Order: sequence, then C-alpha cells, then structure tokens
Amino acid sequence: MSDQSQPTRPTAIRLLLVLLPLAAILGSFVWIASLDPLRSFNNGAPPVESLTVERTVLDQTGIQILVRAGGSEAMQIAQVAVDDAYWTFTQNPPGPIARGSAVWVQIPYPWVLGEAHHVALVSNTGTVFGHEIAVAVQTPKATAGQFRMQALVGALVGLLPVALGLMFYPAMRGFGTTGMNFVLALTVGMLAFLLLDMLGEATELAAEAAAMFQGSAMVWLSALASFLLLMAIGRWRGRPEGLALAFYIALGIGLHNFGEGLAIGGAFAAGAAGLGTFLVLGFALHNVTEGIGIAAPMLRIRPPLWSFAALTLLAGGPAVLGIWVGSLAYAPQWSALALAVGAGAILQVMVEVTAYLQRQNIDRQAIMFSPAVLGGFLGGIAFMYVTAALIKV
Amino acid sequence: MTAMSADPYAAPMSGMAHGNMTTVGRVDHDANGFDPSAMLTDWDTGTTELLPDGRTLRTFEVTAIDREIEIAPGIFFPAWTFNGRVPGPALRAKEGEWLKIIFRNYGSHPHSMHFHGIHSARMDGVPGAGLIGPGEEFIYEFDAKPFGCHRYHCHALPLKRHMHKGMYGLFVIDPDPARQSDPALSAVAASRVLGSPENANWQELAMVMNAFDTNFDGGNEVYAVNTVGQAYMNVPIRIDKTRPVRVYLVNVTEFDPINSFHLHANFFDYYDTGTQLTPTLRTVDLIMQCQAQRGILEFSFADHEDGMYMFHAHQSEFTELGWVGMFDVRGPGA
Repeated sequence: MSDQSQPTRPTAIRLLLVLLPLAAILGSFVWIASLDPLRSFNNGAPPVESLTVERTVLDQTGIQILVRAGGSEAMQIAQVAVDDAYWTFTQNPPGPIARGSAVWVQIPYPWVLGEAHHVALVSNTGTVFGHEIAVAVQTPKATAGQFRMQALVGALVGLLPVALGLMFYPAMRGFGTTGMNFVLALTVGMLAFLLLDMLGEATELAAEAAAMFQGSAMVWLSALASFLLLMAIGRWRGRPEGLALAFYIALGIGLHNFGEGLAIGGAFAAGAAGLGTFLVLGFALHNVTEGIGIAAPMLRIRPPLWSFAALTLLAGGPAVLGIWVGSLAYAPQWSALALAVGAGAILQVMVEVTAYLQRQNIDRQAIMFSPAVLGGFLGGIAFMYVTAALIKV
Repeated sequence: MTAMSADPYAAPMSGMAHGNMTTVGRVDHDANGFDPSAMLTDWDTGTTELLPDGRTLRTFEVTAIDREIEIAPGIFFPAWTFNGRVPGPALRAKEGEWLKIIFRNYGSHPHSMHFHGIHSARMDGVPGAGLIGPGEEFIYEFDAKPFGCHRYHCHALPLKRHMHKGMYGLFVIDPDPARQSDPALSAVAASRVLGSPENANWQELAMVMNAFDTNFDGGNEVYAVNTVGQAYMNVPIRIDKTRPVRVYLVNVTEFDPINSFHLHANFFDYYDTGTQLTPTLRTVDLIMQCQAQRGILEFSFADHEDGMYMFHAHQSEFTELGWVGMFDVRGPGA
C-alpha cells in the first residue's frame, strides 16, 4: 500500500459510487428471485425441515410447547403424538410456520406428575421431531409466593456467599505483598474456572437452539464483544484499580451468578430440582471465593461501608433474577447469550486483576511465576473445581 | 421447595378426556383416489371367460404406480401402489379357475407380484421370474389353489422397502362347494362363494392391517386397517346386526413382528389362512398374526344391543397410533 493521498471527489460522485454497488446488489437479488437460476438443481427431494422446541409449559390444561421452525420452506405440523398416541392439539397461530417464526402448540394431554413423556411432532412429509419431557412437573407460575421462594434460594446461593467472602476483608488487610499477591492470583484462578465453566455451559445451551441462531458463533462473538466493550469502558479513564476494579469483578461475577440462577430456575421448570439442602450448601461454599476475589483489589484503600453492600448486591443479586427468568422456562439461545456476555466480563476482570497484580510488584515478569502467585492461581482453580463437584448433578 | 409441592393423586386434569386420543382433521379420500370405507367391500373379480375345456379363465389387470397418498390427516407418504391404491386391489377368484394377471410396471423401480398360493417357479414374482423393470409387462398364470384368504405383494429387493411403501393386497380364493363330499362342509363352502345365494346374507369385509414408516427410520409412525389411521373411528363401519359378519384379514405390517385383531364385547371363530372349512380357533376375542399371516373371522351381533362396538390391535401402541375402529351395530331398518 502506498500512502499517496486520494484526490477529493465531489459529493455527488462519491454518493454515486456507493449507490452503484447497492443498485447492483438489489438488481441481482431481484434477478435471482424472479428467474430462479438454480431451478435445475431441484432434484425432487423434499424440503429440509427443522423444528426446535424452545419452551415447555405443563399445567392444568396439559402440555404447551413453543416450537420454532427453521426449514428451507414454511413447515406444517400435521399431527402430534404424545407417548406414541396421536392426540388432539391446537396451534397458535395456526397454519404453516414460516422459517424463523415460532408457534405455541397446546396439547390437552393428562401428563403424570414425576414421570417422563415424549412429544412427537409429525410434519406433512411424515418427518418426526421428538421432544423429551424428562420429568413432568407443573411449570412454576409467576406468582408472588413463587417469586419469594425463588428469591430465598437466590439469596442463599448468590448473596450470602459473596457477603461471607467479603467478611474476610478486615483479615486480608493485614497481608503483606506476598499475601496480597496470593489473594489476587487466587482470584484470577477462580475467575479462570468460571470462564471455562460459563463458555462450556453457553456452547452446550447454544447447541440446543435452532440452527439459525448459529449458537457457536453467537457465543464466541458475543463473549468477545462483551470483553472488548468492558475493556474499553474500564480503561476510559486509566486502568481500573481499587474500588473500580472491585466493581468490575462484582459485575463479571454477577453475570456468572445470573447464568447459575438460570440453570437453577431451569432445573425447577424441568422438574429436575430436587434442589436439596446439600446442593444449596455446595453453591454457597463454591461462591464464597467470589467474595474474597471482590475484596482483593481493595486491600490498599479504605472503601466506604456502603460499597460492600453494593458489591454484594451486584455480584449476588443477579442469581435471584436468573432463577426468576429461568424458572419461567426460557429459550436456550437467550441463556447462552447471557452466559457468553458474562464470560466476556469474566475475561475482562481476569486481565485487569492480572495487570493490577503486576503493577503491585517491581519485577512484573518474574512475579508471575513466584510461589505465591502460581500457588494462588492453581489453588483458586483447584478450590473451584473441587467445590463444583458438589453442585454438578 | 414447598411452594411447588403437588398432590400426586390429584384428580385428572379437567377437560382432558380420552376422547382427545385422536388425529386432528380428516383425510381427503377423493384426492387419494380411494376411500377406506368403500375398500371394505370393493372386491376386484376381474373378467371371466369360458375355456374350451370348460374351466373358467379369470383375468386381472394390475398396474404399479408411484403415488403420494395421505395416510393420516395432513401426513403425506410417497407410496408405491398397485392400481393407485394402498392396499392394492382385493383380488377374488374361485377354486379351480385358471388365473391370468396382467401386470404392468409404470413405477420408477423394478416391481413384481408375488402370490401366496400354489404355482410354478416361473410365476413366483422373484428376481428372474416375473420381476420387471419400469415400463415392462408380465403375465402371471396359474391355477386358483388352494382356496383360502391369501395375499400378494411385490417381491423386489430390498423387500422391506417395497413392502412398506404400499405394495401388497388381499388375494382370496373362494372354495368350490362341489369338491366337498360332506354336505355340511359343502354348505359352509357355498356361503364363502362371492355372489352365491348362500353368500348373500353375509356381510364380508376386506381388512388389511398395515403401517407406514413416514421418516424411514425402521419404525412405523402410523398404523391402520386399510391405510388411513383412525378412518373407522371417524366413519364407523355400519353393521346390520341381523346378518353375520365375515372379515378377510391379512397382516402386512413391516418392522413389527406381529399385529393383532381384538373385537370388543363379542367373540368370533377364526380360520387361519382360510384353507379349512372348520375353524382353527373357536370363540376367541383376539387373534394375532405375524407378518404375512392371514385368516378369516366370523361373528354375529344378532343378540347384541344396538351401539358402537370397538375393534383394534391389542398392541396399545398400534391402537393409539391409528389402528382402531368402530362397528356401528344396528338393525336393518334402524
């Protein structure tokens, strides 16, 4: 590339240079649509069909599922069988389902509490799309009592452990440089575990979504976008440290806890919870390190007391929101998106905490492999891994 | 999680009767070109002429055609058919006749007609003996024997695919009463001869138990008698209770080893393969048939109240996927 300057053109010419390719694009689309030049490829094969069940609601009127079509043409649900029995159903809105749109299918089927059911949607070409209801339970309704109960669970797995972790703050203030290096590295290790955990969950969920959402690309790109945006915001006025860095960590962890809440809420909706005391304790223990991590960058400053309450709310509160949203039977692509955004936020704080850790030491390179830092990092990962074993069911 | 505790023994959900176990909508029989209700009594007797030796020559014409058919409301199946219908025409002849079946293949694949009967190897409908390519013609010729309730089907390979695509039909040979020495058996034989005075009182029904694997995964999605799932639930079979009923039943279901026929609130006599004039089983309300097995059921509703009497496969799965129907039993004038 040479750096010779372009001669300036009149505005009209420049406009024309943009309009010309646009007109060509439009023209070629019209040509393809009207002449169908690929007609000769039509080999008589039936259209590609795809149906994805995004939500399942079980209540006193039977089974309702939200079905999204993703075929090469509009699709028709001809019959519905539940447990190998053709059953009456109503589709809303009725008629063929255009590519990308979703319909509710209501089946007045007397489902049995605690048992499994299999819904088969048969298209007009005889293609069968199965949907498994692993454990049938009434889908939670959005009632005040329900919300209160779920908020309690959210507080136990989200708010409480963060608050408990933050209580180590006074003790940690007495740490010297080595102790602080250890705590910061522990935080990064914990975050590294969360990052992998979230990306794993996100890609798993994205795989369940309809093909048109391009689950894998959506997850990685939205994680990258969220990382870049938060980096840019964080470095808008210098490098974040102290209270600001603590808030960024709380935000990243908050998004992670939102995802965790979605999973718990989803488990309620799917009948899988069974969320026993043991599991709640596991979550609490697993998340205690989050409080320690949030406290880590504030050891050299004197944060106001209100900031501890705010940090707890920011990091733990989203667990409550997540359970609420998740229990109402969500579509997998939106949960995947939320988790991916959270993963980007986690990566941002990993970078910033590492940068902060390096700035606290004279030899920025050597410190990374010092016993305190390496030990803290690996210790953080190990702690998260071991405690996660309590909550993976 | 006490908020979501529910009583597992709570009353069934309101508004969800078992009447909901049904397909939604109706099949367009006109577009299909055949109606399961009409098929019950639609026997193809071909054309007859007297041979110089005094025997009767009976000629049938059968054509293989590719055709998309609606097998349950809104579900279309790319079938291979005999004469454009599934099951193919219910061919009916009489013991001792000389049969000639002119078979033309207008389909897109090689096909044949393989008869379950007694004939020479050249007429067997297997590769090298009457299996013909698209556009070709073959004439099967053999004696009508033994009498009974038989079947024919395409024997092109792979057999499973040619079978479940729709290439099968009933092949009934009525007994010749003159060949029976016992007068009682001769009377039974006479009652089976289509068109005879003794036969006129019988209500005879042609039933082919079939099924369709619409997604070609080696398991059936729709089960039926005479192709259309739930057809005889939507339009019950009218039975005059003063007259006896005789069902010519054949099982052509692929993939599932057996099928069955269960009659509600009544019992019947069963003649396995129909080759004897005395029942194989007396007073039963259920028989089972393996793939290709067939037989004759005889029963009467003479002493019954008027009403809807159900019949279905007693494999509940088959029943709930379409193989279920009703006899609408009333007096002749009712």
